[in-house]
Amino acid sequence: MIDREQVLHVAKLARLRLDEAEVETMAGELSGILEHVDRISDLDLEGVEPTSHVVQLENVFRADVPWRSLPREVALASAPEPFEGAFRVPSPQAPVD
Amino acid sequence: MADLLDLTVAEAAARIAAGEVSAAEYGAAWRDAAAADELNAYLWRADGGPAAGDWTAAGESAPAGEGEETPYGSNPPAPADSGPLAGVPIAVKDIFTTEGVPTTAGSKILAGYRPPYTATAVRKLTAAGARVLGKTNMDEFAMGSSNENSAYGPVRNPWDPGRVPGGSSGGSAAVVAGGLAPAALGTDTGGSIRQPASLCGIVGLKPTYGAISRFGMIAFASSLDQCGPLTRDVTDAALLLGVMEGKDPRDSTAVGLDGAVELPTREDLSGLRFGVPKEIGEAALDPGVRAVFEATIARIEELGGEVAEVALPHAEHGISAYYVIAPAEASSNLARYDGVRYGRRVAGDEDLVTMYEETRAQGFGAEVKRRIMLGTYALSSGYYDAYYGQAQKVRTRIAGDFDAAFAAVDFVVTPTSPSVAFGLGEKTADPLAMYLNDFFTVPMSLAGIPAISIPAGLAAPEGAGDGAAGLPVGFQIAAPAFGEQKLLEAAHALEGALGFAALAGDSAPWKGGSRA
Amino acid sequence: MPELEAVVGLEIHVQLSTRTKMFCGCALSFGDEPNVHTCPICLAHPGVLPVPNEEAIAYALKIGLALDCEIAPRSIFHRKNYFYPDNPKAYQISQYDIPICGAGKLGDIRITRAHLEEDAAKTIHAGSSGRIHGSTASLVDFNRGGTPLVEIVTEPDLRGAAEAAEWARLLRETVRQLGVSDVNMEEGSLRVDANVSVRPAGSAELGVKTELKNMNSFRFLQRGIEAELERQRGIVEAGGKVEQETLHFDPTSGELTSLRSKEEAHDYRYFPEPDLVAIIPTEAMIAAARASLPELPAARQARYEGEGLDEAQARLLAADPGQAEYFDAVLAALPAAAAATGGDGAIVEPRAVANWVTGDLTAALRAAEKEEDYAAPTVPAAPMAELIALAQAKTISHGSGRKVLAILVAEGGEPTAIVEREGLAQMGGDDGELAAIVAAAIAADPAAAEQIRAGNGKAIGAIVGAVMRETKGRADGGEVNRLIREQLGP
Ligand SMILES: [Mg+2]
Ligand SMILES: [Zn+2]
Repeated sequence: MIDREQVLHVAKLARLRLDEAEVETMAGELSGILEHVDRISDLDLEGVEPTSHVVQLENVFRADVPWRSLPREVALASAPEPFEGAFRVPSPQAPVD
Repeated sequence: MADLLDLTVAEAAARIAAGEVSAAEYGAAWRDAAAADELNAYLWRADGGPAAGDWTAAGESAPAGEGEETPYGSNPPAPADSGPLAGVPIAVKDIFTTEGVPTTAGSKILAGYRPPYTATAVRKLTAAGARVLGKTNMDEFAMGSSNENSAYGPVRNPWDPGRVPGGSSGGSAAVVAGGLAPAALGTDTGGSIRQPASLCGIVGLKPTYGAISRFGMIAFASSLDQCGPLTRDVTDAALLLGVMEGKDPRDSTAVGLDGAVELPTREDLSGLRFGVPKEIGEAALDPGVRAVFEATIARIEELGGEVAEVALPHAEHGISAYYVIAPAEASSNLARYDGVRYGRRVAGDEDLVTMYEETRAQGFGAEVKRRIMLGTYALSSGYYDAYYGQAQKVRTRIAGDFDAAFAAVDFVVTPTSPSVAFGLGEKTADPLAMYLNDFFTVPMSLAGIPAISIPAGLAAPEGAGDGAAGLPVGFQIAAPAFGEQKLLEAAHALEGALGFAALAGDSAPWKGGSRA
Repeated sequence: MPELEAVVGLEIHVQLSTRTKMFCGCALSFGDEPNVHTCPICLAHPGVLPVPNEEAIAYALKIGLALDCEIAPRSIFHRKNYFYPDNPKAYQISQYDIPICGAGKLGDIRITRAHLEEDAAKTIHAGSSGRIHGSTASLVDFNRGGTPLVEIVTEPDLRGAAEAAEWARLLRETVRQLGVSDVNMEEGSLRVDANVSVRPAGSAELGVKTELKNMNSFRFLQRGIEAELERQRGIVEAGGKVEQETLHFDPTSGELTSLRSKEEAHDYRYFPEPDLVAIIPTEAMIAAARASLPELPAARQARYEGEGLDEAQARLLAADPGQAEYFDAVLAALPAAAAATGGDGAIVEPRAVANWVTGDLTAALRAAEKEEDYAAPTVPAAPMAELIALAQAKTISHGSGRKVLAILVAEGGEPTAIVEREGLAQMGGDDGELAAIVAAAIAADPAAAEQIRAGNGKAIGAIVGAVMRETKGRADGGEVNRLIREQLGP
């Protein structure tokens, strides 16, 4: 129900490298779970409002007042590769819009 | 010393306030108890000494005025010497950020991470005088029902070290049941407070969604996550809820509870109506668990409660909806663990995409990867409507079922978990079987309503021979949104009548047990 | 083959000039040290939550109203999921199917939508030419990360590069006058991308479009679109097919290079942001936004043209709200000033006033090297109106008027008094004085007089000049001409 190719495509989207064994087990396990989950696709829920939130709140805003930002050394304290006051990362292969 | 440790939080706080017990002595006793952890329940413990808990004073104290406020409100104030929890040490699930103190959410990807801020719920506890006793083990990013998904090893059930404590707040449940902490903080997304409370024979409360701020609670599924207490009794749960609930300028979805939480006093159930979902009839349920559930229903009637049948026709689809919505939100919430700003980085010398893929492949455990994959798939183009969209509609239906039920009854009651604590490794091979542990707890999470699990009795595990030691069975009571006070009153009355502690007698781990 | 018409739509990202970021309280900044305006929230640490900036919502409503957009009665935020180092949560909080501002219009270009979102951080590609390929490592600065943005999307209503650049200027001026952004393209507070395609003139359906990015000035925007249109026309005329892709415009070389990413097409997996609640603009919020709207360039230009200013003059004024309001004030003060100086208060010529304000006054200020602030004008509206009234009533010549203006700019004062003091009052023809000066000038230059008599009109200039010198410009040129011809008359 979800094949190898789909697993690899989804893994790419999720930035997860899966080794061969993982790809196989993942395909099996996801198929099993989706089979169970798919029971809801048979329900006729035409016109039912989706619930993305249970809280009945609206217009919760913050006043536009600056707060004290983190000292830079604190901001960089847990960085794997701090460099000249910035976060160093490997070169992107391709830009993203 | 044992007598000190036998006090509930409410009792201890009262005696400390009255000067009958010294906070230092009480704190030291608990640090010693926590130090004797043989359940792998703690991932970090306060080092002790007179300054125990004073790590919270790290950083500047609350400044005032424009440009002075910090992103995290004020840093956690040094524990107040007065306040409802003065001198009480509390264990905190490792999913809450604690400034300067390792916070891993049970994941390797956050190994060594020390957050620059503290979660609102923890700040409220320390501001009320509590000390953080330690950070408790958990299923990685709260994904699991057995605590076997922790990157730091499974937690053992204090009733039987060969069994799981449940999850994902397994460490928090184990420290309370095992006498390693007087109370603990947990989080519940689909049952992660109630189910381990049930499997460990303690009280676990999942408040209404929005009752307590989620700021600083590492997100699993944002629209479901809610923080709550795991305690020895209902009174302590009410005490901690009262301290933690409330609006928070750092959480747009936090509404708090209307009015302060009173410590429950109710002894009977007269005039209260309890609804039993008729679907429980066909539900897969261990016989022992079913027996305890039915005995508890009888108790409710003895206490003057009215028991009626209600229908939750869509509840059976709860697991399906939950295992679409939660992984979908998780796939997005866990995308930030990319090896750029904090946490573990792997293959930093390769190109960016390789660094991302290796960091996440090696940083996340199997269950987390499984759910990220599931959620990413459910949101990916072409599948959104069939999965995420449809699941959200099921969610609407389930909430509707509860609305209808609450028109006729005050509470809906179910077993908390279909079984007692199962053996380590028993269900790890079959993810779906593991997911079904949440069958009774997930619907309330989807509806965002409060639910509490209280220990109702003991049952031998299915298939165990006669004379096998009994294991705790939890009883779940759910109420309408923001109905916490009424829920706590009912739970308190039932708790008193059930007398679980007495019933458990010496088999209860906190009696000597792990504390010997 | 019918000729190919250009079809262009724009996507404009406007950085809002609020004090703090969209979802946290870190201050906005430009050009500061890297990573000095960050917090656990804009660094996407575990456990943090966003809370929207109230002012950013208000600014978005102002933009929406200024662009005649339908304001959504209820709008929500979505998560746009993609991995990139400048996107710390690996999702951008944006809006998807229910943006805060729906369909609108600016000039005759239709607006599709305008929505709120957060800006990405800055990635410096070490050792690169500003481009990404070939750089070995990148440095991320999160100061900009989380800056509030309004993204404005137009329908493909623009029919050429020049029209697109012209409209983009109008949009920038409009947003600038709303006071919600610095709209500085060089600094990136205004970023314009273009969707470009061609189709047979008159055809209804759209051709395959390409997206142009990184045109950081209006000139480059125009050049980039021109270059792309030319490229597409070339392809189509050669019977080829345009490929959908994103193109990067290099201002230095004027070249367009494809940015087609090596990985598969993006799948942003949009879903409603569960950490935020809905925006339901209240009457009060909308009223406040509407009340704060100034008269915007398009409307102002139309009004001025209606008052008789020519199109160029009207656009010039409308583009400078300070000067425009000054102009309005002078115009309003004119009738009273005219009446007070014995002129006809009924005669008000906006075009003449505009000439004085945008022409003579501007020149005088420039000559005096004054950086004019029209909020506190060097020459207040009342004396300016008085001066114009005096000229209008021919009490002083235009030339004298300029002299008075120079004095007003230098030391201020009252035009009438200055005219008195400097003796600049125009000489009428009635008393004999001017006639005498003319006679003297003719006598002084018999050669010129001879030529004039001989019918050489040009020669009159010499004598007029002499008279003007003698009268220090107080004489009216027309009158002087008349007297010369009269005195040399047959
Ligand atoms: Mg955008
Ligand atoms: Zn920030």
